[in-house]
Order: sequence, then structure tokens, then C-alpha cells
Amino acid sequence: MKHSKGNVHNIETFGTFDGPGVRYVLFLQGCPFQCKFCHNRDSWSTETNSLMSVEDVLSDFETYKAFYRNGGITVSGGEPLMQTEFVRELFKAAKEKGIHTTLDTSAACFNHKKAALIREILTYTDLVLLDIKHIDEDKHKSLTNASNKQVLAFLELLETIGKPTIIRHVLIPGINDDENSIDRLEGRLMNYRCVDKVEVLPYHTNGKFKWETMGLTYPLEGIPAMDKRTAKAIEDRLNQSIRFNQNDALGKNYPSKPTRH
Amino acid sequence: MEAWRNFNGGTWQTTIDVRDFIQNNYHEYKGDDSFLVGPTEASTRLNKQVTDLLLKELKEGGVLDMDTDVVSSITSHDAGYLDKSLETIVGLQTDKPFKRAFHPYGGINVAKKALESYGYQVSDRMDEIFNKYRKTHNQGVFDAYTQEVRKARRSGIITGLPDGYGRGRIIGDYRRAALYGVSRLIEEKVAEKSRYKTPMNEENIRLREEIQEQINALNELIELGSIYGFDLANPAQNAKEAIQWTYLAYLAAVKEQNGAAMSLGRTATFLDIYIQRDIEEGRIDEVDAQEMIDHFIMKLRMIRFARTPEYNELFTGDPTWVTESLAGMGEDGRSLVTKTTFRYLQTLYNLDTSAEPNLTVLWSDALPQGFKHFCAKVSANTSSIQYENDEIMRPKHGDDYAIACCVSPMTIGKEMQFFGARANLAKALLYAINGGRDEITGAQVSPETPVYDKEYLEFDAVMERLDLIMDWLIETYVSALNTIHYMHDKYAYERAQMAFHDAEVKRNFATGIAGLSVVADSLSAIKYAKVKPVYDKESGLITDFETEGDFPYYGNNDDRVDTIANDVIRIFMKKLRKQYTYRQSVPTMSILTITSNVVYGLKTGNTPDGRKAGESFAPGANPMHGRDNTGALNSLLSVAKIPADECEDGISNTFTLVPTALNNDYENLASVIDGYFTKGGYHVNINILNRDQLIDAYNNPDKYPNLTIRVSGYAVNFAKLTNPQKREVIERTFHETL
Ligand code: SF4
Repeated sequence: MKHSKGNVHNIETFGTFDGPGVRYVLFLQGCPFQCKFCHNRDSWSTETNSLMSVEDVLSDFETYKAFYRNGGITVSGGEPLMQTEFVRELFKAAKEKGIHTTLDTSAACFNHKKAALIREILTYTDLVLLDIKHIDEDKHKSLTNASNKQVLAFLELLETIGKPTIIRHVLIPGINDDENSIDRLEGRLMNYRCVDKVEVLPYHTNGKFKWETMGLTYPLEGIPAMDKRTAKAIEDRLNQSIRFNQNDALGKNYPSKPTRH
Repeated sequence: MEAWRNFNGGTWQTTIDVRDFIQNNYHEYKGDDSFLVGPTEASTRLNKQVTDLLLKELKEGGVLDMDTDVVSSITSHDAGYLDKSLETIVGLQTDKPFKRAFHPYGGINVAKKALESYGYQVSDRMDEIFNKYRKTHNQGVFDAYTQEVRKARRSGIITGLPDGYGRGRIIGDYRRAALYGVSRLIEEKVAEKSRYKTPMNEENIRLREEIQEQINALNELIELGSIYGFDLANPAQNAKEAIQWTYLAYLAAVKEQNGAAMSLGRTATFLDIYIQRDIEEGRIDEVDAQEMIDHFIMKLRMIRFARTPEYNELFTGDPTWVTESLAGMGEDGRSLVTKTTFRYLQTLYNLDTSAEPNLTVLWSDALPQGFKHFCAKVSANTSSIQYENDEIMRPKHGDDYAIACCVSPMTIGKEMQFFGARANLAKALLYAINGGRDEITGAQVSPETPVYDKEYLEFDAVMERLDLIMDWLIETYVSALNTIHYMHDKYAYERAQMAFHDAEVKRNFATGIAGLSVVADSLSAIKYAKVKPVYDKESGLITDFETEGDFPYYGNNDDRVDTIANDVIRIFMKKLRKQYTYRQSVPTMSILTITSNVVYGLKTGNTPDGRKAGESFAPGANPMHGRDNTGALNSLLSVAKIPADECEDGISNTFTLVPTALNNDYENLASVIDGYFTKGGYHVNINILNRDQLIDAYNNPDKYPNLTIRVSGYAVNFAKLTNPQKREVIERTFHETL
């Protein structure tokens, strides 16, 4: 299995949204979820798009390295953990070079079979960006065509190993912005020390054109973009309760949080 | 001496050496911006007055008042004020704010035209004096110009030559007035003059005359001081005087010269020493310090010159290039950042954003984090700062250089340059295939050769022709510049500025090129795709192109085309270095257009890269609009590859990011600048803007009276650009992340 190649969907050399600093963001091809709001509809297919070896990626990274002083490399998707072997090799090699690594995942393919490999990847990972699409299992199913069980199980794992994590939550009007859903999400996230913060991303309709160019009907047709201020208010609320809980109730007996490089 | 109390001594005490004074006395500041304060009541009131005048000036077609019968000189006017009771720093170019002075020495006809275009009439007396009794620079130049130069000038292959206006780009070390007092400087000049006795050849005679002119200017500067009630003969006693002395020395220069770029130098760290001493002595506090800086900067914002419509078309927005160079590293490893460096930038908040003075940060990786962070914040908020790579310039010019105009570095008081505008390389490429005839007018401009006649443009054949055309172009260009600078020295010598230089200065012969990205992409098309020339039936000239296939564009970090750009630069410099240059000046070159890229484009026909006749060039060394589409960093990397050793007068890059691309983190901007300069980038203008915002400002100018943007090498109030220039800015690549 050595020298596995990554099936790359796209590369962003000036990424400022997926992890700290300016980053090289590698979007891998293929995703087991089928999110109705997906803004990268063309990343679902596992058909070969563009193959890159670990060396290819790192030498391309090197071209831009001068700009990444406070940043590093982020692997995103699609779903990067579909290509576990490649991500493992890439992150391992990146860590050997002292590059900050961020894994942007929705944990869609986290399961027991893969657990050991994913655990190993996490040892080479500095930060995890974990997408939680919906806290309610049924609604998660209807939104992504899959259960959220693995997602929450993955979060458990992150907690167990104390991996710095940022939760990302796309807020969609009428789908997951109701009080009940937010409450439940809040209640759940409060229990995790590994969670540094929550980023609430207001749903936007910019991904629609990709569905259309592929000749597909956009599933969320008619749903407006999320109001940015509302999203921000919810983000603040979630972050406050997390911080409160960590400092107070939970904080006392737990060992100190792992520090970021 | 009382004026030097509590200063550390050094060689600066016995010889004129401001750098040594700074190095022995400044306090590096490594903190953040939290100490800064807002404007005082007086500052706000004065600034309101300036803003009102600005708006009035804009409404009245760009000019408020002009002199028609007084030749501007250091002492030509009475004292002028905004509001004497509120100003801590005083002095105006004329006796009234925003009244433009009359500067005939660069060229009486141009000065007349400048007046007439705003509805003023030069007095009969002045007309007679300067047409009958006193020859001016412009007349001298045209008496000596060759036919070749005239033709090249008319066709627009060489444009913007300072043959009818002041050449500018000379920076006096105005700090000397404050540190030493003007009497001491006069003594030094007298001693200097006595050194040039034998042989009494042309060179020494000229130098002696020039030094005497400098002495006269210094005596007049003392008089200017007394007009405002100051004793400039003696050194400044405190911070307020240090600022005032420095400013009046600069003011003398702009009263005498209507130069294209009248840059200030590098004053912040120097003045900080005085401010710091006053604070330590308990004489002033932070509020006083900021107020003085605010008032000083306000004065610099008010500098005005009378210019013609042709000039404004090339360099729009009334630029004066009062460039102030900030920060940079010292040779001993300390940065030159002081609290006053911060205070200068703070004026962009206290007095609102502004195009002038042209605040220029000499950037290094090693600058203190707090300062870098503040710069990024100010850039993100105001789009008013430009950055130069200190790591490229310091090794060549030491740690006391400053930028003149946009990108031209010079050691203060020790180096100057002969400004040379620029040659249009895209047009040269068209001449190369059209046998030296102009693609628009059909005129034979360079010596006749056969028009290219094969079915497709072949790379090697075109390069060979380009090489030949460049021989002609450079020879013609240099002959024009030699003539211009000879005459400028003769008829419009900058005595007030040169009085603040050492007697023997290094002179750079600063040529420039425009249209680099058009040439690179055109040659790339010829090399990697198939380009078929289309002939005009009547003239027989190639006036259009049909291109089959793809080719790489400059601006995508693709060596296939980036190396072409660099080869063209090397050929140009190699030829330039072989030329005789006036007064032993050292040939240099810049890739900088300012806003003239629009006019150059207008005057250039279709080019093989697919650019249509009349379309603007990209500014400076920028990739063509919309062609650098593989990401912001690739665009920067292509420009960073241009060899700085071949372009010692600067490589300008204007870089626009949409605000969201930074994701609210100023550090990300600092990382971009760090990265660009680490990779060898020379200069970068940072704009943080949305296209929508500019379109809105284009349609509703009244809504954005203060919108400042950076264009190649300077900042400009968006409202002051011409409509074609505004459109060009809107068409540029706005880099965003996905
Ligand atoms: S997990 Fe991401 S890539 Fe996959 S379907 Fe959902 S939004 Fe699209």
C-alpha cells in the first residue's frame, strides 16, 4: 500500500477559512454523504479526477510555503477520510517536515474497521475541523442521506484522545436553525473538552450552480441564504456555553488542554 | 549645546551625518498600537477645514486659486495659515491654502497651459520675462532634441518624459535643518565649495556654481523661517521645532520646484527622538505628540502643483508623491520602528484616509510583530499603504534610504536620480514586426525594415526583430533623457533640494518600461500557440492577429512564460548599460506605470496576446487583468520572479484582495506580505476592496468622497480618477478564496 496516490478534487493555495493562518487546502475527491446543501456537488463522485502522490503534494506545498508561516496544510473534501491511506501518508510526511496539519472532515466514513487507521492519522493531525450537519439523527438522515451516529462516535474519539477540535455547523433556515435543534446541539457540545470552538456557517446558495451545471435539480431550491447576524448570534451563544462549561464544571478535574503549536 | 541636550554623541556632532545621530539615539518600539490616541479638538477642526477646501476644490473643477504674476520661490509669499490659533505646525506653499503657485522654470509654455486649462491667464509681465529674457528647461530641451526623439515622443513609444515639467524624484535630507540648524549647513557648504578648485574644468566650475546656488537657497530658507517667526539658523530645540524645521526645509523645496514626485524622505524615526526626549522631560504627552504629527501630515496632504490636462491624464488624481518611508531594519539588527512610526499611520484614522502623503512601509520579515500587525490592520481598513522589500534595498542603499515617488530607493542626502518616465515595450514589439512603422498612424518612426511576411509569427524571428528595435529604442530613449537632464540642471536646477545633499552624490539614470505583461503574453502566444498576423490592406501593416491554440499567461507562476518576461528585461538592461549616460549616472530601470497604463493602452494597437487596440495595459509589473486566474499566490509568485538586480529602480505590483479573503485576521495579510518578499518581491500595493464597492463608487461618487485606493506606486482618491481609469481599476483581478 505504499505510495498510494490521492484523488484530488481541487487545491486552494490561499486558504484562510480552514484552519489557522494562510493554508494550502487540498480538497479530496469523493464523499459518502449526500448533503442537500452541498456546495461541492462535483466532489461526491469517487471517479478519478487528478492523482497526486504525497511527494507531489508536498512539493507543490513547498512552492507556496513562504506564505504559510502561521498556517499549514488542510485536507478537506469531499470527505478526506475516504482516502485514509493517502491522508495517513501525507500527514505523516507533513509532520516530519514540521508542517501544521488540519483535517476537515464530516466523519462520514468513521467506523470500527477504519478506527485504527484513523486513530493513527489523528496522531499526525494538529487540528480537526468536524462538521456536524444536524444533531437529530432522523433529520440528519433526511439532510445527508446518512445517520449522524459515526459523526458523534468520531467526536467521542476526539475527546478520548484530547484532540483540539473546531466544530463546524452550517446553519440552514427551516432545517436546523430551530430552537430545539440549537438547544440539543448546545447540550451535546458542552460535554466535550476537546472542542475549542464552534464555527456557525450561514448557509448560502453559491453552491447551487454546480448542481445545475451537472444537470441536477438543487434540493434546497427556494430556501433563502441564512441571515449572517443570526448565525453569528448562535455561534456566540454556543461558544459561550462551551467556554463556561469548560472553565467551570468540567474544568476542575480534567488535565489541562493539549496546546496547539 | 542646549538643542542637543540629553542626546548621545557620535560622529554626527562633527560631520553632517543624520544616520549616525539616529542610530545613536532612537528608541526601537516593539509593542502594539494600544498607546495611540485619537485626534484633538483642534486637529478635528483643522481637518474639517481642509476637507471642506478639498471638496470645494473638486467642485470647482480641481483648482481653487492660482498665482499668475508671482514666480514661486522660497521667499515669494507671505506667511499663510489655515487657522493660526489652532495650528501647531505651520507653513503653506503660497499665502493661502490650496492656492497653486506659478513655476515657470520647467517650461513657461507648460506653466501657461496649466493656468489656461483652469481659466487663468499668465500675466503679460511673466509672459514677457520668460519668453524674451529668461529661457526655461522645456525650451532648452526642444532646442537640442533630435528628429528621432521627436518622432518617438510623438508616436507615444516614449511617453511622460520630464521635458516640460520638473523631473522630481530627488529627496533632500530635510532632517539636517532640524538637527544642525541652517547656519551650520551653510558653513559646511562653503567648506565643500572650497574643495573644488583645481583643475578648473567644466565639471568643477559647474559644481561650484551649484554649491553657491545651494548656499543661496539655504540663506533664503532662513528668511522663510523668519517670515513664519522661527529662527532656522539654529538647530531645533524640541519636538515641535524639529517637525517645524524639517517641514519648512521641505516646504522650501516644493516652493521652488514643481517636480513630478516631491518625496519627503524618512522622517518618523528621526522625529521620534525629539518627541521621546520631550516626553521624558515632561514637556509633552502622547496627545501633544500625536497632535503635532497629525498637523504635520495635514500640511503634507495640502501640497499642490499646477499641472496640465496632459499630465493629469498620465498621472491622475493630483499626485505629489510626498512619499514618506517608514520602518525598515537597521544594519545592527534593530528595526527602525518607533512610536512615531505608529503615529504616522494613525493619521489615517485621525484625519481619515488619504492618498498623500504616500505612506510607504519598508518591510522585512524581522520587523516587530506588533508593528506588522498594525500595518496589516491599517491596510485592511484604509487600502492606503504600500510596502517595499527592505531586504532587497538595504544591502544596496544602507539603512538610511528612502523611496522617491513610488518605488525608487535612494540613500538620503547621498543619492539622487534622473527620472526618465518610460518606454512602451508592447508598441516596440509591434514596431518590430511592422518594420518600424506605427500600427495606428502608419508613420515611419524607427528606421525602415521589411514588414514581417510569413504566414505565422515565428518566435525566434520575432525575438530577433525585437532585439533590433530595442537597440533603436534605447538609443533614442537615452538620448532624450541625456538632453532632458542636461537642460534641467542648466535651467531648473533643484538648489533647495540639493542643498540637503552632500556635494558629491551618486546619480541614477532611471529609465522605465510599460507593457511588460502584454509583451510576455504576446511572446508566449507566439511561442506556444500559432499566431497568424492579419494585414491591413491599405497600409500593409500587421494590425490584428488570429491565434490558434492555448498558451500560458504571465501571472500564474508558470516558468514557460515568466522566463520570457525576464528575458525581455535582461535584454533591455544589457543594451541600456552600454549607453553613454549624462553626468556619470548609473543606468537603472523600473517597471512602474502609475496610472499611465491606461494611456499607453489607448495608444497601442491590437497585440498578439489577444489584447484589443486601446485596451489598458496592466499597471506596473502586474499580470494582465483576469489572466492571473490560478490564485492570488501564483500571481504574486510570477511577479516576485522578476530579477530585482535588473530593475534597481523598482518593480511595482498592485494586489487586490476582497475583504473576506482575509477571514477577519490581519495576520493573514502580514503572512502574504512576508511570503511575497521572502520570495523576492520588490514592492506591493495592497488593496482590500470589493469590486461591488468600486462599481457603486463609480456610479455614485458622492457616496464615497474618501475612498482611497492604491494604484501602481501611489494612492489616489477614487473619485479623482478619470472614468477610463476607474473602469480599468474595476477590471483588475480581485483575488478571493473559495
Ligand atoms: S459532507 Fe461536505 S462534500 Fe460531502 S456531501 Fe456533505 S457538504 Fe458535500
